[in-house]
Amino acid sequence: MLLVDGIKNKFKKREMGTQYRTFLQCIHIDLPLLIGILLLIGLGLFILYSASNQNPKVVEQQILHTGIAFFVMFAFAQIPPTSYQRWAPWVYIVIMGLLLAVLIMGHIGKGAQRWLNIGIFRLQPSEIMKLSIPMLLAWHFHNIHLPLKSKTILFSGIIIFIPALFTAKQPDLGTAILLVVAGSSTLLLAGLSWWFIGVIITLAGLGTPILWYLMHDYQRQRVLTFLNPERDPLGSGYHIIQSKIAIGSGGLFGKGWLNGTQSHLHFLPEHSTDFIFAACGEEFGFIGSIILIILFMFIVLRGLYITINAQDTFTRLLAGSLTLTFFVSFFVNMGMVTGILPVVGIPLPLISYGGSSMLTLMASFGILMSIQTHRKLLTT
Amino acid sequence: MLKRTPIKNHVQEIQLISQRCIIMLVGMVFLVLLLTLRLGYLQLSKHALYNTLSNKNSLDLIPIEPTRGLIYDRNGVLLAENIPVFSLDVIPFEVDNYPKALAEIAKIIPLTDTDIAQFQKQLKQHRRFDEIPLKLRLSEAEVAKFAENTYRFPGFLVKARLIRHYPFDASLSHTLGYVGRINIDELADIDATNYSATNYIGKLGIEKYYEDELHGTVGYEQVENDASGEPVRILNQIVPIPGKNLYLTLDSKLQFVAEQALEGMRGAVVIIQPKTGEILAMVSQPSYDPNLFVSGISNQDFEALQNSPNRPLYNRALRGLYPLASTIKPYIAIEGLDSGVITPSFSLFDPGWYQLKNSDHLFHDWRHHGHGTVNLLKAIVSSCDTYFYDLAAKLGIQRIDHILSEFGFGELSGIDVDEELPGVISSPEWKRTTKGVPWYLGDTIISGIGQGYMQATPLQLAVAVATLANQGQHFTPHLLLKEQEPGKAAVSQSPILINKVELTNNNYWNIVISAMQSVITSPNGTGYLHFGHPAYSVAAKTGTAQVYTKQRNETDEDVNAQSRLPEKLRDHSLFIAFAPAENPQIAIAVVVENSKLAPGVARKIMDFYLLQELKLTPTPNNLTSVSKNSEKNTDGLHAVS
Repeated sequence: MLLVDGIKNKFKKREMGTQYRTFLQCIHIDLPLLIGILLLIGLGLFILYSASNQNPKVVEQQILHTGIAFFVMFAFAQIPPTSYQRWAPWVYIVIMGLLLAVLIMGHIGKGAQRWLNIGIFRLQPSEIMKLSIPMLLAWHFHNIHLPLKSKTILFSGIIIFIPALFTAKQPDLGTAILLVVAGSSTLLLAGLSWWFIGVIITLAGLGTPILWYLMHDYQRQRVLTFLNPERDPLGSGYHIIQSKIAIGSGGLFGKGWLNGTQSHLHFLPEHSTDFIFAACGEEFGFIGSIILIILFMFIVLRGLYITINAQDTFTRLLAGSLTLTFFVSFFVNMGMVTGILPVVGIPLPLISYGGSSMLTLMASFGILMSIQTHRKLLTT
Repeated sequence: MLKRTPIKNHVQEIQLISQRCIIMLVGMVFLVLLLTLRLGYLQLSKHALYNTLSNKNSLDLIPIEPTRGLIYDRNGVLLAENIPVFSLDVIPFEVDNYPKALAEIAKIIPLTDTDIAQFQKQLKQHRRFDEIPLKLRLSEAEVAKFAENTYRFPGFLVKARLIRHYPFDASLSHTLGYVGRINIDELADIDATNYSATNYIGKLGIEKYYEDELHGTVGYEQVENDASGEPVRILNQIVPIPGKNLYLTLDSKLQFVAEQALEGMRGAVVIIQPKTGEILAMVSQPSYDPNLFVSGISNQDFEALQNSPNRPLYNRALRGLYPLASTIKPYIAIEGLDSGVITPSFSLFDPGWYQLKNSDHLFHDWRHHGHGTVNLLKAIVSSCDTYFYDLAAKLGIQRIDHILSEFGFGELSGIDVDEELPGVISSPEWKRTTKGVPWYLGDTIISGIGQGYMQATPLQLAVAVATLANQGQHFTPHLLLKEQEPGKAAVSQSPILINKVELTNNNYWNIVISAMQSVITSPNGTGYLHFGHPAYSVAAKTGTAQVYTKQRNETDEDVNAQSRLPEKLRDHSLFIAFAPAENPQIAIAVVVENSKLAPGVARKIMDFYLLQELKLTPTPNNLTSVSKNSEKNTDGLHAVS
């Protein structure tokens, strides 16, 4: 601990000495994180331009999303962590209410419904839930004595699974999984005991048949197809086979920007959304993919750095959980596109086309920046 | 906040969370390594495999159909062309629910039961990713309607394609034939590569016989496809070579005149240019519209054609087998002269019948009370049966068969269409093998007047009379005048001489030919009344083929005997001729079923060709030789045998 503090203080002294750090500190921006995000989004726009068949409208739209998302990030970064902490329970309750409203409206509309149409924009409560769950849990764990007790774990389980079930019911399996990931990562960081984790894994193994029973047919198809994509090469296995062909045909250096045949010729499904990584692998090859992974990992490492440097339990848990969720979402996406994980609808963070997930993601970066820049400087 | 939790706990918590963070980091690094390994596996070790799969995915070699060669007549009149039509095609592979999709599309584009039945048939015969036409010849309104609704019908598309069209409809169908969709049997025979883009193949007639010439050579296009199979861009192209254009020997004007002359009858006309064997016209009536077959004929239409009592689908010119009847007589006469069995001056008395020694069977002449004393000239002019019974008996069947085969009977003429039948020259061996009974002398005797088992097609009749006109030069009848490779000059076909009928004395030709001229010019001639008096010289022979065997007590003298019979039992009338007799330009054979009208038909056709097309000036001697004898005219009314 002393060692960590020592490094931290040394770092702070050096940073304090520069002029721009003060300026960025004032506007609550974390430069390394910002650089990582900008690099990924910039690269993402290039990939998207190619993957969307050089459709300038898609890119324009994505730039608009990005602009709004940066504004949201900036706004979230200005809010001090104490405010998040104070509002955490209320935010959760409100979002839970909205989620319920979506579910009911979906029932009435007889179809998939994920958002509430509030005149000027669509509000997707399940996305905000990704931030709200770790916030509420971190708030709760901050107020109690760690390590966790069984009662707390049970309470956390309810907090996580009710919104996750609602979301899965929409049906949006990808987001539901990320909600569980966001919640359970908070639990893990809060010191969930290893034997409990063992019990959960065992239970999950036993619970698989029940889960199978609860799944929608298309979700079952996805699982079956994941286990054996050749089962239905032109049906549900099509996505993953074509995705593997796209990535594999990229080779070491790739086919070059705008030269990917798989994505341009529509063999690759969802090539600008969930499967955009395949388009990237095809055009930029192994090297391009690794560079992309390195950029993602850079953001993850910066997130962990912020976590470790956070000054209280709430901010630490929140920062750690947001970072882990970010990691899981990019890892699961890449895993499904490369065929090591089943296809669940999780977009590639910051790269995939789409506004909703981008907003939540940038909001979470805003929170990370807030945590990093609102630290009370300790005198040493 | 910090105030609420004890310091000890805080430190402990920080330590716990940091520890967990490090564990997480290790886990994440492990997972990222796993991902990297996976990427390495896909992109590095399996790259070759996936690259191949990717190329196969997107690159496609699309065959391009060559344009089918056009067919012209000898004067460049277009007889078969390719016209663009819009068709509604279906790719079965992309349609999930047929009945529903078809019901939906029928709301926009009316589909007949035939369209659907035809489509179902095609569906079974084609691969799932082939485009199958559901409806051909869409109207512009239908194309526009579909274009608005395309998104509702995945797997359906409107395609512009060239389709074979025969502008003269039923006129030339028996000769040109038609193209139709390639069926399974044909699929087995054709060069699959060259036909990979072709949907249609010649089914009959010229279209079938010259399929190879007309078809051309397939071209290719290397295209990049997207996942739905839509070509995105063309990488490489090998242009297809269109089929050759064919110029036929047919003279379409003459063809139409011949068709008109036969209008409303059942029969055939074949017109040959004797010096080359070129077929100027070939008609079989009634006929049918070949365009019906191109787009796939409906069962209803097909049954109507099939069941029509006049049998329009039956190509009488090539497949109609008729007894030669009296048209055989000039050839028998030639053989008689050539073999020395008779001389031009040899004569016999015809009491109205012929009787073999040691037999009480009478072979009746068509004229009940006989022709009196008959020499060769009179025998041919008034078609005396008794004279030829006697000649046949003297010649024997072998010599008869020999001369008939010299003139092309009993075997395929070699015409450049596939449908013709060889006909029959009866011989003792033939009778034994096909009928299982021995040959009698009586069979030989009736062969002398072209009855019995002998059968010939109108084409063979025409070839034989052309050979006669040519003084024995027997050319292969043919329909192809020249063929033209795209962008090159047309290559003419030279006439093919099959054989030359050699006679010991060439004067025999003139004897028989002048007798045949008298058939028209002499008041006793069997063609005198029905053919009339042309302004050019004609050598001709009539014939009457019995459909119904007369009862003994019925006499041919009875003018109404034939008209009392049901139409289909009435005699067929045959007519062979060539003109001008001295320098033959045209040889013609006419067969009209159950009618006496063959000479009249021939007259109309010959008048048109000789007077309007060749613009012959009337020869005075022909005109003067026409005498008017009303008494003989009544005789001539039924003077057809």
